[in-house]
Amino acid sequence: MFEAVAFYLFAFLTIAMFFITVTTSQALYALTALAAGMIFISAFFFILGADFLGAVQIVVYSGAVMALYAFGMMFFDTTRDVKEKHGNKLIVSGLSILVAVLVVVIIAAPIVSTNMSASYPMTEGVGNTQEVGMVLFTKYLVPFEVAAVMLLVAMIAGIVLAGKKMDLSLTLMSDDDVRQVKEEENKKVLS
Amino acid sequence: MEITLNHYLVLSTILFAIGLVGVMRRKNLLMLFFATEILLNSVNIAFAAISHFYGDLTGQMFAFFVIAIAASEVAVGLGLLIVWHKRHGNIDLDTMSTMRG
Repeated sequence: MFEAVAFYLFAFLTIAMFFITVTTSQALYALTALAAGMIFISAFFFILGADFLGAVQIVVYSGAVMALYAFGMMFFDTTRDVKEKHGNKLIVSGLSILVAVLVVVIIAAPIVSTNMSASYPMTEGVGNTQEVGMVLFTKYLVPFEVAAVMLLVAMIAGIVLAGKKMDLSLTLMSDDDVRQVKEEENKKVLS
Repeated sequence: MEITLNHYLVLSTILFAIGLVGVMRRKNLLMLFFATEILLNSVNIAFAAISHFYGDLTGQMFAFFVIAIAASEVAVGLGLLIVWHKRHGNIDLDTMSTMRG
């Protein structure tokens, strides 16, 4: 009973928040609603017994990703209303049909495959964090390390892309000035 | 009032559809990124639910890697977006047609 109440409450809240995110014309409202939705999603992980995943969801999404978006939005003109795209009707209807088929497949797949068995079953008597640690550092050690290298690459890429020439604004300069700056840079590279 | 696996899968599908609507109707690239986050999170719910109802940890592991990929995608994508905004002054999808053949 408690689980059902919690599920329906958080399902309603999550859907409402994400609906606001995709429909609002203000970038700041979208960002705030998305952050709230991320926290509500972590509630599902706690209900499902995946405590560590819920904590990671809060730390990574609400902490890191949302902070990154908030800082990124300081570079953009967010006070202007976001324009909507009224695209090709054919593409939209095709994607809608694809989504409908996807719904059927997602709902039908667990019903069809009734004889599924766990390849890494849960261990009795230990907490979720301990279980996750045991599986992550034995069976999934190589993907874990690859993910670490990928995060390092992403960090370097972010610094190189966003940190370059933070002190001057290329938007406010004329094209000639931009060209001059570029030539100076090329000279520096060549010399 | 038993909550079954299907409840979670239906919720995941609804959230995925919302994200897909966002991807289709948004013109601003930052809003497009938000919609992508919604897509990834809806899939994470499905992974965690299947992991719980089948007593298997693989779903949670995949959810972790999805979160890691989402974090690095944001870092690189936002960097590229800032560079584009510095150069062109807007981040609308329609203006990014320099590679059109």
